[in-house]
Amino acid sequence: MICRASITPGTVLIILAGRFKGKRVVFLKQLPSGLLLVTGPFKINGVPPRRVNQAYVIATSTKVNISGVNAEKFDDKDFSKKADKKKNIKEEAEFFEAESKVKTKLPNEKKDDQKAVDAALIKAIEVFPDLKSYLGARFSLQDGMKLHELVF
Amino acid sequence: MVFKRYVEIGRVALINYGKDYGRLVVIVDVVDQNRALVDAPNMVRSQINFKRLSLTDITVNIKRSPKKKTLIKAMEEADVKNKWENSSWGRKLIVQKKRASLNDFDRFKIMLAKIKRADLVRRELAKLKKEATF
Repeated sequence: MICRASITPGTVLIILAGRFKGKRVVFLKQLPSGLLLVTGPFKINGVPPRRVNQAYVIATSTKVNISGVNAEKFDDKDFSKKADKKKNIKEEAEFFEAESKVKTKLPNEKKDDQKAVDAALIKAIEVFPDLKSYLGARFSLQDGMKLHELVF
Repeated sequence: MVFKRYVEIGRVALINYGKDYGRLVVIVDVVDQNRALVDAPNMVRSQINFKRLSLTDITVNIKRSPKKKTLIKAMEEADVKNKWENSSWGRKLIVQKKRASLNDFDRFKIMLAKIKRADLVRRELAKLKKEATF
């Protein structure tokens, strides 16, 4: 699958849509489905290892050295949604009940995978001054900024 | 209201329209009422309308239509590059170019630097305010 030439492993991307819009994240690799595997790192800006469509991303020219990071384990299957308990719409009692959803806790192995990936990444990030706070800040357009004239 | 920058052989001008926008050139000859022959070190000698030129304060000591080598030598003697880069006009253009080429990360770093500088200024101001008695 095609990946934009500006997106190489270690590039800092700006996510444009969804829950994490405006967040600057580090690109790890492209998954077989074509989606980009991306991570905050979680400690810096709260973005976990996540998939993102490259259409909803601006690639900046800032690159992080990602050679010490092992992202081999991640695959599309890890990100598939778990089969939810079938909610019967006809059961109105359940419908009007106060939403006492049992929050499915994130399995520990996912947390460990994330920590393993991020540990090496954070070391590579701390080499550059200000890069950490850069990744922790969100991107937004300000007064006078002309998007079509901005260089990323 | 006297004119100070004349069109003359050796006047350095900035091209302000067209393919060579932003290039510094030397007027090497005058073709007719509207056009000049213009030349620069990395450019083919060509004619250009005066309307596309903005005259600068810098002049180079050359005779009409010099050879390229002579022109380059004369430009170095007149120190065109340094004079331009130290003039306020030239410095402004350089800053504009730098600002336009800033990376997203660069913009972030500049924001941090501006905040730091404003902080220092405010601290000094507060100190001075305390000491001042009106």
